[in-house]
Amino acid sequence: MDTETSQTLDKYAQDKYKYGFVTEIDSEKPKKGLDEKIIKFISNKKKEPEWMLNWRLNCYKKWLKMNDPQWANLKFPKIDYQDIYYYSAPKGFEKKPKDLSEVDPKLIETYNKLGIPLEEQKVLAGVAVDAVFDSVSVATTYKGELEKLGIVFCSISEAIQTHPELVKKYLGSVIPPGDHSFSALNSAVFTDGSFVYIPENVKCPMELSTYFRINAEETGQFERTLIIADKGSYVSYLEGCTAPQRDTNQLHAANVELIALENAEIKYSTVQNWYPGDEDGKGGIYNFVTKRGLCKGKNSKISWTQVETGSAVTWKYPSCILKGDNSIGEFYSVAITNNFQQADTGTKMTHIGKNTRSKIISKGISLGNSQNTYRGNVSFLRKADKARNYTQCDSLLVGNKCGAHTIPYIDSKNNSAIVEHEASTSKINEDQLYYCRQRGLTHEEAVSLIVNGFCKQVLQELPMEFAVEAQKLVSISLEGSVG
Amino acid sequence: MIFLNINNLNVSIEGKKILNDFNISINEGEVHAIMGPNGCGKSTLANVLAGNEEYEVNSGKVIFKNQDLLDLNIEERAQKGLFLAFQYPVEIPGVNITPFLHASINSKLKNEKKPELDNLSFAKLLRKNAEELGISTDMLKRSINTGFSGGEKKRYEILQMSILNPELTIFDETDSGLDVDALRIVTEGINRFKNPKKSFLIITHYQKLLDYIRPDYVHVMRNGKIVKSGDISLATEIEASGYQNF
Repeated sequence: MDTETSQTLDKYAQDKYKYGFVTEIDSEKPKKGLDEKIIKFISNKKKEPEWMLNWRLNCYKKWLKMNDPQWANLKFPKIDYQDIYYYSAPKGFEKKPKDLSEVDPKLIETYNKLGIPLEEQKVLAGVAVDAVFDSVSVATTYKGELEKLGIVFCSISEAIQTHPELVKKYLGSVIPPGDHSFSALNSAVFTDGSFVYIPENVKCPMELSTYFRINAEETGQFERTLIIADKGSYVSYLEGCTAPQRDTNQLHAANVELIALENAEIKYSTVQNWYPGDEDGKGGIYNFVTKRGLCKGKNSKISWTQVETGSAVTWKYPSCILKGDNSIGEFYSVAITNNFQQADTGTKMTHIGKNTRSKIISKGISLGNSQNTYRGNVSFLRKADKARNYTQCDSLLVGNKCGAHTIPYIDSKNNSAIVEHEASTSKINEDQLYYCRQRGLTHEEAVSLIVNGFCKQVLQELPMEFAVEAQKLVSISLEGSVG
Repeated sequence: MIFLNINNLNVSIEGKKILNDFNISINEGEVHAIMGPNGCGKSTLANVLAGNEEYEVNSGKVIFKNQDLLDLNIEERAQKGLFLAFQYPVEIPGVNITPFLHASINSKLKNEKKPELDNLSFAKLLRKNAEELGISTDMLKRSINTGFSGGEKKRYEILQMSILNPELTIFDETDSGLDVDALRIVTEGINRFKNPKKSFLIITHYQKLLDYIRPDYVHVMRNGKIVKSGDISLATEIEASGYQNF
């Protein structure tokens, strides 16, 4: 590699994180550590009914007996669960504010700085936002308008009060709390997240979106999101995340459950931009996320699209259980790792029903000293007649010090299942850069163009409003000077 | 103004000398052809002029538009009006010609301190030039050079040249891999682009290309230097009896 290329690459590797500021706000935190008392505290704070508290305590007991999963291609020190705050809320959040006039201006300012205005007139047209700050939901926009259609879009804490029957029925139905330690932990201590219910035959007219912000130091964020699409309904949902720049690691362990009933469709998109740590690998978010969708009814469809650029460690496998006949699961992913970031991400497609179909498109881009692993599990159960899967897994290496790994598992108990798997690993090659530069583009412009081209198949799955943003984010993750 | 002057240029790659006291002068509006057997250094010359960093320039001087070309990096040379039509244009999957070429032309305009083109005027220009070269809108939607035939790739190079409007175009064996029809389309494109302000350096192995684009000068190159210069009759001589006489 010539010196100019390596210089440019070093420059990319020293990328600066734009969302690393801290909001100076008094917050209420109980003492560090995890025990039954803290769970009761959280439940009490949220004025939860007894069944909810019991569910949490039950999950906590399960967690106590479990060890963290060890199979991922990730290296990080053992997490000390007693050294974390499990709840943090800006002072005065005893009750969720009724409208923005009751919200601390500092919080509104924080979201403005992040490019997420909460005043409805300024909000992106056609996007409703739920803003979650540490452990609480700050504001939810366009709620009234959605209510007219019977759509419920609120924080999960609120849904436990207002729609207990739905929460009771579906919470933990897709991700059993005993699934693994992170799901048990989340179930015990989850603080906030979004709840969505789309009634029968309603097509949600706007994008629903939640914006997660971790602010407080040494605090874990345990997000819990539950989305239910009733028969024949449709919803598109987007999640965004950022955190301040700190030199200690912080834990984010989310659980997201999606349920699509007969003929329903859920499109879930994530732009994950947690603080990735500095160029020496110090600090950053540990992101242990369980996302799972259940295509419960016939002809239902769940589609995951993720753009993963942040976090020091990412452990995340948005999955689909294809139970209804003819149901469809899709997973589109772009994962970019830079500096000392590590990502072990992919998906699980479990074919149970007849004629179920799944599609996996994964694009991994590794820069700096990072390690990027795709891990996929495609399985066909006995009754999954004529089910099919198509997997395409491409890795792009930029530089000589990073790594890309592809680990696909395929398990078929049905002879009529069809599986296709394509994988490629490539490096941005000097000939491509030479060609672009001969046409007058700089090194940086050329790399950004090629990487964006490499990801295009996935980026075009994002809702239009966010595709442009995501494209910019991809460029920023590569570059030091742009933006 | 000195348009292009190469003076005693010595170039090597991995210690092996390829250009050996190479000299040539090209004025504005002139068409020069360099012919030579395989391995004589023709393609090296093209790539050294474009700034390819794999080659080591040991000594010599290259003046382009009154400036020392060897001081500039690849993109600066391109922005100054030097265009290389590649022998093997590289595939860039996922990257469409529109944003690619739009960024290219704007970087050149910016360098010339001229107003940049907005999306609409660029799209119009691209469509018009593509049409003249018989490039369909379907083809414009594909990724750059990806899955293109040899002829399509070369036509794409000519399209890029016509948009970027360079003062000096170097054709590196543009005729290689082209059948007669493709060659005709490509050379028609070049001829349409010719005017007294543009200069061309055509690097080729065969005379065929020169039947379509009549050069003002023909040079024969062997062992890293020009051994004979003349007019088009030199090309005919080579076609008849090969390079062994030089």
